[in-house]
Parts: sequence; structure tokens; C-alpha cells
Amino acid sequence: MTQSNTSMTRTRNTGKKEQAPVYSKAERKTRNAHLRGRFGLVLYLVLLLLPIYWLINMSFKTNTEILSGLSFFPEDFTLANYAKIFGDPTWYMGYVNSIFYVSMNMVISLVVALPAAYAFSRYKFIGDKHMFFWLLSNRMAPPAVFLLPFFQLYSSVGLFDTHIAVALAHCIFTVPLAVWILEGFMSGVPREIDETAYIDGYSFPKFFVRIFIPLIRSGIGVTAFFCFMFSWVELLLARTLTSVDAKPIAAIMTRTVSASGMDWGLLAAAGVLTILPGMLVIYFVRNHVAKGFALGRV
Amino acid sequence: MQTKVENNKAWFLVMPVFLIVAFSAIIPLMTVVNYSVQDIFDPYTRYFVGTEWFKQVMLDSRLQEALLRQFIYSFTIIIIEVPLGICVALMMPTKGRGASLALILVAIPLLIPWNVVGTIWQIFGRADIGLFGAFMSSIGVDYNYASDPTDAWLTVVLMDVWHWTPLVALLCYSGLRAIPEVYYQAARIDQASRWAVFRYIQLPKLTNVLIIGVLLRFMDSFMIYTEPFVLTGGGPGSSTTFLSQALVQQAIGQFDLGPAAAFSLVYFLIILLVCWVFYTTIMNMQKDK
Repeated sequence: MTQSNTSMTRTRNTGKKEQAPVYSKAERKTRNAHLRGRFGLVLYLVLLLLPIYWLINMSFKTNTEILSGLSFFPEDFTLANYAKIFGDPTWYMGYVNSIFYVSMNMVISLVVALPAAYAFSRYKFIGDKHMFFWLLSNRMAPPAVFLLPFFQLYSSVGLFDTHIAVALAHCIFTVPLAVWILEGFMSGVPREIDETAYIDGYSFPKFFVRIFIPLIRSGIGVTAFFCFMFSWVELLLARTLTSVDAKPIAAIMTRTVSASGMDWGLLAAAGVLTILPGMLVIYFVRNHVAKGFALGRV
Repeated sequence: MQTKVENNKAWFLVMPVFLIVAFSAIIPLMTVVNYSVQDIFDPYTRYFVGTEWFKQVMLDSRLQEALLRQFIYSFTIIIIEVPLGICVALMMPTKGRGASLALILVAIPLLIPWNVVGTIWQIFGRADIGLFGAFMSSIGVDYNYASDPTDAWLTVVLMDVWHWTPLVALLCYSGLRAIPEVYYQAARIDQASRWAVFRYIQLPKLTNVLIIGVLLRFMDSFMIYTEPFVLTGGGPGSSTTFLSQALVQQAIGQFDLGPAAAFSLVYFLIILLVCWVFYTTIMNMQKDK
């Protein structure tokens, strides 16, 4: 269909002689616009990556070099900043803690959101719209509002300074997001599949696990990515709910301020290491992530 | 659009979500409501004060200024980020290796912890060790985000544009990818100009994702805390103190639980109202389709 359309355009344009120059001019124009677009994109990406490059550059410098002047490449290349982080448990445990509660959050969010998203995408029930809006409003609630009550709530049930406390607290925004994205993906699966499965004698749990979940696995991957992303970048709640055992790396980073001034190199190295997990995770979902950003509803 | 079956047993599927979010949302919210109508000295001495705190909060000039600043800030960044995001999305390649690469590179700022974003700009904007600060002083601008309110504003806005334009761009990008190739072919046959293609094919298809984008950007900028906190600490003076920060200062810094709780509720109501307007718009648009 597409093929025949294009060829028809071509024959029409070559068939009428007076239209040919217009076509080539238009084509040249498109190519110019194309080049301009590439140039603009490269410019944008350079501006986008420059601050990050500066951080990476700095993490390989010694503090004396950082403070003595600007340079695009570290002259006195050093890995000391990274060595310090990997050699000190109070530093690297921060990363372990962060990854630990982020993973817990991801699993909890997916497990509870999958059935709920299915319900929202397939059924009408009393209060469904209100429920959906209520979930959404929690995604939008500012963490600062809940800061103190959260602290008191988790202290009173004995969960303060545990990974699960942070994971549960982050559920307040990851679960609504997960339901929202998954609902979008699930609505794209035709109902006939459900009905055929029931006729074939599948029970609901069996159908859900064996047939439905494999169908939306890209959606699940993208949802997991978004849960990871929002739990990983959040600091305010994570910092408030932890003190020693589950302290996230982002909070530990504030230690670089000492009496002798800022340890800029160490701060930069710690910052670079927080960017890496995100880049690793987005690589796995790169083909589907665009749809996820539109919350599954394009 | 598919018709949905009416079935109230679906509530059993929603129950886990309801319980887990209720635990983290309703209990704390009720605590806040509780605080907002009482004056608490210690766990055993407390007085019911009714709407006293609300009156105090509404008349507090510091909070009014923070609210005004917050609205100006949110509108500024949306006005900058939405057109810029559309432009970036239009420039991104749609096929091949370049597409994946551009996608990953554009998404990087979104994956950086918020306080690290603050740190990056804290370093980048300093005149002695940062590229941007050094560049500004080398072209003769007396730039110092830590002491000049205008510079502080500029840096905070620039940081947010750097941080969140990718979100708008990726939303638009996914919207653009959903447009069938046939539309563009029809436009080519009609010899439509680039502008006409954008105005009559791409933009209408983008409205849906743009509404989601504006909603997310408005809400997230409305609760911004970490980045300005790390970058400027709300200063100089209180020129970059936004709502969340004013709230945290009051609740944790001064431990004024009553007014802080009343303030929280007002803050939450504003959010809820805006959220409802957007939600209704999105739902109505989906019905129209």
C-alpha cells in the first residue's frame, strides 16, 4: 500500500514535465531543513551534555587542580576520588542502600499495579473514575506536605531507617504512575484475546500470568524503568526516613562539605556514579521508552 | 473505543493498590488535618483552635510571596520548555541507530538524582571552577548566583530547562512517532509547506501528549524542592524560596506544626484543583476521539 502510493507520486511527477523542477526544489528544501535539524539537534545535545561532561572531567582531577584553574581535560589524571568511594563502606553502602530500596519499590509497585491496571482497562465499577483521580492526585502531591507525618508514621510502626520504609513511601508516587502507564499499554490489547482465553478454559490467574503478561512485557519493562527512575532521583523522603542503616547515596554526598572546605573532586565522582545506573537501565528499554513517556497513551 | 464490562468484582483487583497508597497517603494526610486545627505543646497538652492557623497562614506575607514566586516560576519554565521540547522532538531522528542514541542522550538529565542536578549546576555556575560561570565572567557579565537575585533566578530557571525539557521532548517524540506515514505522503502530494505539515498534521496529534506534558511539568515544578535547595538554598535572601521550601522551613526548621499543617492543606488543595482541571480535560479529549 505504502509502496504503491510512493510510486504513484513519482510517476505523476515525472509524467508532467512542468512539475519536475518544483519537485526537485522542494526536495532540496527538505534536505536543507533536514540538515538544519541535524545541526540543531547536535547543538542541543552538546549544550545538554556539557554540564555532565564538566562533572565527569572534574571527578578525575585533584582538588588542587580544580581550584587552580579551568581546563577541559584533567592534566593530573587521578582515580583517587573513585578509589576513596569504593574503599570506604560508609560511601559505597550508600549505593547499595539506594539500589536496594529502589528495587524493592519496583517490585512492590509492579505487583500491586498490574491487577489494578487490568481492572481499570477492562471493567467499569463503582467509583472507578474517582479512584483513578485519587491515585493521580497522589502522584502530584508534594512530598514536603507528607514529610513530618511520614516520619512519625514510620517511626511509630518501627520501620524508621529501614529500606522497606523508603520503598513504601516512594510507592505514593510510583504506584499511581505504574497504574497509569500500564493501563495505557493494556488498553492497546484487544479484548477478544481475554474472551478467547476464557472460552479455551483458562482461569483468570492462569490467563493473566501465561497469556496477558507476556503480551504487555514491553509495557512492564517501561513501567519498571519509570518506577526505578522516580524512586532513584527522589531524595527528600529518602533522607527523612533514614539515618544510618538505609541512608541513600544522595544523602551521603552532603558529607563532602568539611571544615577545610568542599571536596569538589569527591563530590563530582559520587555524582558521576549516581548517573551510571540510570543510563544502564534506559539502555534496556530504549525501544519502548518513548511510548512510556506518553504514559502508554499515544 | 472498546466498551467496558460493568463488574464490581474488579474492586478486588484494585484493592492492593488502594491499601498500599492509602497507608502512605490517607494516614499522613489525616495527621496533617489533625495538626492544622490544634495547638500542640506536648503529647498531653493540646488545644483545639479551629481555623486560627488557616487565618494566620493566609495572611502570612512570606507565604504569599512564596506562592506568587511559585506561580511565576512554573509559568516561566512551561513557556520555555514546551516550545523548546517540541523543537527538539521534531529534530530527533526517527529511524535507525541514531534514533536510539539520541533518545538515550536526551533522557540522561531525567535519570540524575535531583540533588546531583543541583550539584552539577552549583559547580557549573561558579565563576572559579565552573564552565558556565567562567564563560559569563569572560564575556564581561558580573555573574554570581549566590549573591545576586537575578542571577540566582536565571540559574534556577536554566537548570530546570536543562533538567526537564527532555521530558517534554520525549513526550512529543512519542506522539510524533504515532503519526502514520500516510499522512506525510498526502502532505507531499499536496506539496504542503513544512509549516503547514507542522500546523495541520503534527500539532493536532501532539495536543494529547502536550496536555500530559504540561500537567506533569506544572505539578513537578510546583513541588520543586531539592534542586534550588542544593543550588541556592532559597537565597539570596528568599528570592528563590518556593512553596515546598517555605513549608519545610516552617515545619522542620521552626517546628511550627499547626501553621505548617494548615499551609500543607492549602498547598495540597491548590494542587488538587489544578490536577482536576487537567484530568477532566484529558478525559474529555479521550471521549471525543
